[in-house]
Amino acid sequence: MKILLNNREETLRKDLMTVTEMLKEKKFSYPMRIIKINGTYIPKEEYCSTFIKEGDNVQMIYLMSGG
Amino acid sequence: MKLTDIENHLRQFRIGIAGAGGIGSNCAMALARCGVGELVIADNDYVEESNLSRQYYFTDQTGMSKCKAIKNNLERANNKVSVTTCHIQLDKKNIPDIFAGCNAIVEALDRPEMKEMLIEAVQTRMPGIPVVVCSGMSGWGNNELIKCRKIDDTLFICGDELTEADEDLPPMAPRVGIVANMQANVVVEILMKLKR
Repeated sequence: MKILLNNREETLRKDLMTVTEMLKEKKFSYPMRIIKINGTYIPKEEYCSTFIKEGDNVQMIYLMSGG
Repeated sequence: MKLTDIENHLRQFRIGIAGAGGIGSNCAMALARCGVGELVIADNDYVEESNLSRQYYFTDQTGMSKCKAIKNNLERANNKVSVTTCHIQLDKKNIPDIFAGCNAIVEALDRPEMKEMLIEAVQTRMPGIPVVVCSGMSGWGNNELIKCRKIDDTLFICGDELTEADEDLPPMAPRVGIVANMQANVVVEILMKLKR
C-alpha cells in the first residue's frame, strides 16, 4: 500500500499494518518520537494496536534532547 | 500594522511555557517583549552557574529558583506582562490544570521523555490548543539545518531534528536562542490569526 509519511509517498509491503510493523519495516529505530495518523495523536502504548491503511497521512517527529 | 496595534492584540492572550531552561527563558523573554498579555511558566529547577552559557539569567541569580528569576527578569523587560510561575514537576495529570486557558503552549523541556509526555498531554487532553515543540539545537554553526515545520494547526516543531545534547555537543547560546525565538515567532503568528 501507499501512505504519506512526513508528506512523502512511501510504499509498504502489506495493505494493512500496525504502527509497530511499519516502524520495523522502515527500520526507524530511534526510540523517542511522536506519531500522528490523519491528525490523531497515537500514544506509544497503542503502536501495536493501531493500524495504518492505504492513503493514510502519517506524521512522525523525532524528539532530540535539549531544551 | 503598527507596533502598538500588535501589542494591543497580543495583550489579550495567555501562553504556557513548559520549562524555563535555555529554550523557555529565551522564548519567554521574546514573548514578553512582544507584549503577550500573560505568560504561565512551569519549572522546578534552580539557576546554576553552568546555565548562564545559554539561559536568560544573570550571575547574581545563581541559586535562585528559575521561577523567581524568570518572573523578575521578564517584568524588568516589560512591566505590562503578567507572569504566573509554577515551581512544580510537570506530569500527565497537572499539565491541563497548570496551562488551563492558554492559547498555545511552548514545549521547552530538556529530556525527550518529558517532551513526549507534554506533547501527549496537550494533544490528547487539551484539544485544539497548539503546542510548539523544540527538537535539536545543540552545538554551533549549521544555521541552514534549523527549520520550523507545521504538522497541523495544533503541532509545530522547531530545530534541526538531528542533534542530541550531550557533553561533546553542548547546547550553546546562539543555536538555543535561534530555536527559542523561532518558537516565539510561531506563537506570535498563531496569536495574530486569533480573534477575540
